[in-house]
Amino acid sequence: MKFIDEYRDGDLAQGIAAAIRQEARPGREYRLMEFCGGHTHAISRYGLTDLLPPNVRMIHGPGCPVCVLPIGRIDQAIRLAREHDAIVCTYADCLRVPASDHLSLLKAKALGGKIRMVYSTADALRIARENPDRQVVFLAIGFETTTPPTAVAVKLARAEGLKNFSILCNHVLTPAAMHAILAGGVAIDGFVGPAHVSTVIGSKPYEVFASDYKKPVVIAGFEPLDVMQAILMLVRQVNDGRAEIENEFTRAVTREGNLKAQVLVNEVFEFRDSFEWRGLGSVPHSALQLRRATMADFSEFDAEARFGVEYMPVADNKACECAAILRGQKRPEECAIFGTVCTPENPIGSCMVSSEGACAAHYTYGRFRSAN
Amino acid sequence: MCLAMPARVVETGPADQAVVELDGVKKEISLALVDGVEVGDYVIVHVGYALQKLDIDEAEKTLALFAEMATQS
Ligand code: SF4
Repeated sequence: MKFIDEYRDGDLAQGIAAAIRQEARPGREYRLMEFCGGHTHAISRYGLTDLLPPNVRMIHGPGCPVCVLPIGRIDQAIRLAREHDAIVCTYADCLRVPASDHLSLLKAKALGGKIRMVYSTADALRIARENPDRQVVFLAIGFETTTPPTAVAVKLARAEGLKNFSILCNHVLTPAAMHAILAGGVAIDGFVGPAHVSTVIGSKPYEVFASDYKKPVVIAGFEPLDVMQAILMLVRQVNDGRAEIENEFTRAVTREGNLKAQVLVNEVFEFRDSFEWRGLGSVPHSALQLRRATMADFSEFDAEARFGVEYMPVADNKACECAAILRGQKRPEECAIFGTVCTPENPIGSCMVSSEGACAAHYTYGRFRSAN
Repeated sequence: MCLAMPARVVETGPADQAVVELDGVKKEISLALVDGVEVGDYVIVHVGYALQKLDIDEAEKTLALFAEMATQS
């Protein structure tokens, strides 16, 4: 496959790994956070940690949209289906996230709730058109990559006068989460910056992490060679005492990003004052809601307001370490129920659900290796 | 959910619709978020939308850089 296979070449990976081993100084630790779940997945799938010297440590970040969604948010979606008889449309990843009362969207569906899996917001709109006498709610989740598609759908719904379509908005923001991670005091020397999020927002929003926090950020593609190259670039920055924003993923990321998408998002959404994340707690200005300005009021598409389903915080399962894992403070194997009680077939926490979740990635690809 | 891949545009249609091909599999997507994409271009597709056009020159440059890094050591 063009533009994929070339970035997975094993010999080149060994070569870059040799360069990292040569340049990483034996006397010091390099603690690097891959913010994004897509990178977590790639690192586990291709066994990249095996190629790194022991003093170059990868720490998983909170960039997995399903993982950071607190239980109370899934509860809202379930309430919409069960108490308000709405058709709830969701991306596949959300279906198995554990919610309150031993439920999940999948279990709510088995109990008769109208839950529909969609691949894109266009599917959700189609379902709304096909069911004019039913309310259709799209469970809108994700970072800056999924927000523009939601904005397109909301604008189309407005243009078509669709009165039975609304969204449960859980869109969250990457830079705000990076601020929260750094404010939380976890010791890291630099970030592998997100691939696809950066195609949309560009490299500019990360500049503050270099200037104010003195942390290098290297934006990287999702293929294994991209990640290895970014790690090498971070090791070099640390060695030189530099903190700069570098871009390994120049084939898709510019400094400005996708302006068309940014304009759309800005038109439809505004900041929420505060949003509760799993692991990070309440973070100011870290999520979006539909815009309420008089000139551009999209609040009629807000399912929370339309149905009066308020967010109610719910504590995580006591045994679950997802919160500490999402803050970069613990590793999946440090959770007492990892791989025993909690497995991808029977997830107890959200990090075991999505293939981008640290626990799921580690369970699927990495657990035997680190056991040795 | 965020695992998206570069796919080649094989067809464009009205209302920002397009068909992309990845490893022989065709998929209908939307070009509503990108301007100036033509048949033959590679785009990064995510949840049914193209997020960005792939810059072929930059893609080649990055590959050349990998080769350079790998042989230096
Ligand atoms: S193994 Fe399961 S319960 Fe433990 S931290 Fe991971 S997701 Fe949570």
